[in-house]
Amino acid sequence: MSLFGTGALGRVVRSGVGRRRVQSAVIAVATMMAVASAVVAGALVVASNAPFDHAFAEQHGAHLTAQFDPAGVSTAQLESTGRLDGVTASAGPYPSTTVSPVDPGGGHLPRLSLVGRSGPHGAVDDLDVTSGRWAARPGEVVLSASFSGPALGIGSALRVSDAADSPTLTVVGFAVSAGESADAWATPEQVRTLAAADGPATVQMLYRFASAGTAGQIAADRRALAAAVPSGSLLGTTSYLDTKRAADRGAAPTIPFLTAFGVLGIVMSVIIVSSVISGAVGTSLRRIGILKAIGFTPGEVVRAYVAQALIPAGAGIALGVVLGNLLALPLLEDTGRAYGGASLTVAWWVDVLVPAVALLVVGIAALVPALRAGRLRTVEAIAVGRAPRTGRGQWAHRAAGRLPLPRPVTYGLAAPFAHPVRAAAMLLAVAFGTVAATFAVGLTSSLNAVGGASDPEERAAVTAVSGGPTVNGVPEPGAPAAGGAVEHRTPGPGGSSPRPPSADPAKVRAAIEAQPGTASYYGMSHADVTVAGISGPVRATLYQGDSRPGGYEMISGHWLTGAGQVVVPTHLLETTGTRIGDTIRVTLGRDSESLRIVGEAFDTSNDGLSVHAELADFAAAEPQVFQIEVKPGVSPAGYARQLAAVVQPLGADVMANSPSPKENMILLLDAIAALLTLMLVCVAGLGVLNSVVLDTRERVHDLGVCKALGMSPRQTLALVLSSVAGIGVLGGLVGVPVGTALHGFVLPVMGRAADTRLPPSVLDVYDAPRLVLLGLAGVLIAVLGALLPSGWAARARTATALRTE
Amino acid sequence: MTHVIELSGAAKRYGSAGAPALGPLDLGVAQGEALAVIGPSGSGKSTLLNLVAGLDRPTEGTVTVAGQRIDRLSEHALARFRREQIGMVFQFFNLLDDLTVADNIQLPAQLTGTARRRAAARAGELMEVLGITRHARAYPGRLSGGERQRVAVARALVNRPALLLADEPTGALDTASGHDVRQLLVDLHRGGQTLVLVTHDLALAEACASRTIQLVDGRLAVDTRAETVR
Ligand SMILES: Nc1ncnc2c1ncn2[C@@H]1O[C@H](COP(=O)(O)OP(=O)(O)OP(=O)(O)O)[C@@H](O)[C@H]1O
Ligand SMILES: [Mg+2]
Repeated sequence: MSLFGTGALGRVVRSGVGRRRVQSAVIAVATMMAVASAVVAGALVVASNAPFDHAFAEQHGAHLTAQFDPAGVSTAQLESTGRLDGVTASAGPYPSTTVSPVDPGGGHLPRLSLVGRSGPHGAVDDLDVTSGRWAARPGEVVLSASFSGPALGIGSALRVSDAADSPTLTVVGFAVSAGESADAWATPEQVRTLAAADGPATVQMLYRFASAGTAGQIAADRRALAAAVPSGSLLGTTSYLDTKRAADRGAAPTIPFLTAFGVLGIVMSVIIVSSVISGAVGTSLRRIGILKAIGFTPGEVVRAYVAQALIPAGAGIALGVVLGNLLALPLLEDTGRAYGGASLTVAWWVDVLVPAVALLVVGIAALVPALRAGRLRTVEAIAVGRAPRTGRGQWAHRAAGRLPLPRPVTYGLAAPFAHPVRAAAMLLAVAFGTVAATFAVGLTSSLNAVGGASDPEERAAVTAVSGGPTVNGVPEPGAPAAGGAVEHRTPGPGGSSPRPPSADPAKVRAAIEAQPGTASYYGMSHADVTVAGISGPVRATLYQGDSRPGGYEMISGHWLTGAGQVVVPTHLLETTGTRIGDTIRVTLGRDSESLRIVGEAFDTSNDGLSVHAELADFAAAEPQVFQIEVKPGVSPAGYARQLAAVVQPLGADVMANSPSPKENMILLLDAIAALLTLMLVCVAGLGVLNSVVLDTRERVHDLGVCKALGMSPRQTLALVLSSVAGIGVLGGLVGVPVGTALHGFVLPVMGRAADTRLPPSVLDVYDAPRLVLLGLAGVLIAVLGALLPSGWAARARTATALRTE
Repeated sequence: MTHVIELSGAAKRYGSAGAPALGPLDLGVAQGEALAVIGPSGSGKSTLLNLVAGLDRPTEGTVTVAGQRIDRLSEHALARFRREQIGMVFQFFNLLDDLTVADNIQLPAQLTGTARRRAAARAGELMEVLGITRHARAYPGRLSGGERQRVAVARALVNRPALLLADEPTGALDTASGHDVRQLLVDLHRGGQTLVLVTHDLALAEACASRTIQLVDGRLAVDTRAETVR
C-alpha cells in the first residue's frame, strides 16, 4: 500500500485501520472465512466435474482391456496387434490371473484380477502410485487404492488363498488405474508363478484407439482385434465406456450437492463481504466530513476509504486462500479416492479466480459508500450523527413499546428498524446461515438413510452359502470390483475351500431349520435374466421364504408377498415404460414368466437394472445362499460355527457378518457437509458481529444515556441482545423453510442423477422438533454474533459514553 | 440536618501522574439544599457531578449519597442506585431521538419495573406541571431547546429522586429559554428538591442556589455557606 503510505492520506488510512481495530479485524476474518469457504466449495465443484474423464485422460487409460489365452497366441503376435490400423498405443502383454486373497484379519477379499507389470508407467494406463512403491520382487503386491483402509495398509500380509500352504504377498503400495485395468499388480514372475500353481493363466493387453468415442466404435475396434489373433484366443474385453459409466454414475449424485453448497457459500461470501465493507465505510461519514473540512478532495476521501477497507480485506483474502487450500486438500484426497481416481489438487484457477472476485466485491462494496461520502457536502457530513435523526424506525419503537416485555427488551427489539439496510444485511446473513445448517442436517440424515437402505441382504446376521457361481455381492471372476470396498466377512472355522461351495440347498435348509437359535431365514439366488424391453442382461435376485428382513426400502407399492410378483427399481420402470400393476416378462434360461410389478424399490445396485422376485416362479432356480437371523442373545459367530459343523461336510459354507462399514462416498459427503456448514455458520455469525459492532458503536451515546438513567449492565446486555434476537427469529423463520426446500429440491436431482426416485425415509428427514431446533439456529447465530459487542456495551464506562457525540 | 451528599477526602485522578482533576475534597450537602458549583473550564465540575451520580468512582476517599457508600457499589447496584436516587439533566439534553417525549420520560420508571400504566400516569403529571403535555407524542428532534430541556427535567424527576443533578442545564439555550429553565429549577427548589447545579452562569447560580461553591483546579476555592458560618 505504498500508494497510501506517505503523506496525509497515508496517515489517515493508517489511523483509520488502526483505530478501528475491531472493525478491521472483523473485515479481515469475515473475508478470510468467506474466501476460504469459496475456495473449498469451488475446488470441490471443479473436482466433481467429470472426474473420470480427467483422470482417464491424464493416465492415457486403456480404451479396451483385453484378456488373451497364452496357449492360443504368441507374444510376438500380441505385440503385433499394437501396430494394427486404428490402434494409437498399446501396452502388454502382461501375465495375469485371478486370486481370492485373505486379509490379515481372516477376512475374504473379493476375487481380484492380478496383473504382472514390472513398473507402473507405460504408454497406456500410466498408473499413479498413491502410496508406498511398486512391487520390486516376488512376494510383493500393489493394490488398487480403493482397497486401502483400516483393515489393509502398507505392510499387510495377504494370503493368496484359504489353503494352508498358500503363499503370502506383502502389500508394498497402492495404485490407481483410472480405467480399472486390474485390482492388484505384482511382478510378472510372481503372477506367472501363481497362475501356474493355482489360478487361470491369461495375458492382458491394453489398447488406445484413434476412434473410441462410442460403444459402436469400440465394438468395431474389438472386431478388428479379434480378427488379428488366432480365433478363440481373445478371451474377453472390457470397454472403458462401461467403467466410465459406472464411475460417472457414482460421482453424479454428488454434483448437485456440491453445487448447492458452493452456490450457498459464494452468495453468502458476497453478501457478508459487501455488507461488512459498506457498513464500515458508511459509519465513518462524520470523519469524512471533518477530513473534507480540513481540505481533502473528494477523490482523496474516496481513495482513503477504499484503501481503509482493502488493507484488512486484502489480508483476509490472502489468509483465506491459504486456509481454503489447507481445508480442501484432505477433502479432495478423499474425494479422489471416492471417485476412484488419483488424489486431486485445488485447480489453480480457483486459487486465482476466488481472490480476484473477492477483491472486486470488496472494491465495489467499498467504492459505493465511499463515492457517496466523497460527494457528500461537508456540512452535511459533519452534521451526520449529530443532528437528531427523525422518522426512521420510530413506528417500531411505538409498536414494540406496547409489548408486555421489560423495557430494555422492547427498546432493543425496535432498534434494528432505525437502519433498515443494515438490518436486512444481518437478516440475510442469519437466514443464509440457517439455510446452510438446515440443508446440511437434512442432507446428512438423507445420506445416512441411503446408506442404511442399501444392500439390505447384508444386514443378515449369518450367511450360509450352498453353491452357485456368485454369492452375495462377490463379483464373478475376472470382473474388476466396482465399488472396491473390502468385504468384511469372517469365515466359519476350519477354513473354507477356495473353490465355490456346492451343496444341496434342501439339505442346507433342513440344517438351518434344525439348528437351535434360528429366528428366521430366507433363501436367495442371484441370476442374470432378460427382461422384455431391455437389451442386455438384468440382475435378478430371487427369494425363497420370508424375505422381508432383506427387503428393500420401497418408494411406492409393497415388497414381495407371493408368487407371480416382481419388485423393480425406478430405472427399470423408466427403461421399460411400465408402472406398478403392469406385468413384465422375465426370462431365466428357458423359463419365461409374466410377473406383476407390485413395488418400486430403492435399489441402485447394478445401475438400477435389477428385479426382485420369488424363487418359486422359476423352476430351474435354486437358493445359492441363505440369510439367517438369529434369536436374541445368540451370538452370530457361535451360531455360524455350530451350523458350519453341520453343513460344511455337505459342501456348504457359513459366515457371520460383521456390520458393513459406511460407504466412502457417504462418509465423505458427511464430512464435506459438516465442514462447509461450520464455515458458513461462522461467516454468518461474523456478518452479525459486524453489524452489531457498527450498531453498538453508533449507539454508544444512547446506551450511555440509558445507563446514566439507571440501566444496569444486565439490562444493557438484554437490550443489545434483543436488538438481534428479533432478526435471529426472523432469519430462522425464513431460513428453515428455504433450507428444507433446498433439500427437497437437491435430493431428487441427486436421485435423478443416479436414475432413481427416493423413498420417504430418505426424503422426509425433518420432523417438528428438529425444525424447531434448526429455527433456533438462527437465533443462536444472531446471539453469538452479538455477544461480544453487547458485552462491551454493558461494560463501557458511562461517563465516557456520554462524552462521545 | 442529615447530609444527602457526603464527600470525604474524595479525589479523582485521570491517569497515574500529575495532580488530581478533582480534590481531595470534603463536602456535605444537606437535604433540601440547592448547591451551585461554579469554576473555570477544566476545574473539575463535571468530574464532581459524575462522582456524585455514580457514573465514575473516586480514586481516593469516599462518596456517600442518600446514606449509601456509592464508591463501593457494583456496576449493577450503581445502576439501581442511579435510577432510584438520582435525576440527571445535561447541557445537550441527551434525549433518545427514536422515542417520543412521553416514552423518554417514562423510560427510567420502566427500568425500575414500574408498570406501564403507572409510569405513563406519572409522566403525564410531570408533563402537565412542566407545560409540555401537547408534545407528549412528538419526537425530541422537533422540539425547541427549551422544550427539550423541560423534557429532560421531567425524565430526571420521574422516579422522584432524592437528588437532582444538572450539568450546565442552560448552556445550550438562548436567554429566554434559559430563563424558563431557571424558573423551573427555582420552583423545584422551593418545593424541597435537593439540587446540585453545575454552571458558568452566575445569574443562574444566584437565582436558584441556596449555596454556591467555586472550584479552581479541582480544589474548593469558595464556599458561601462556609463563609457565612465563618
Ligand atoms: N475521561 C477523562 N480522561 C482524562 N482526563 C479527563 C477526563 N475527564 C476529564 N478529564 C480532565 O479532568 C479535568 C476536569 O474536567 P471536567 O470535565 O470535570 O471539567 P469541567 O469543570 O466540567 O470543565 P467545563 O466547564 O469545560 O465543562 C480536565 O482537565 C479534563 O481534561
Ligand atoms: Mg463540564
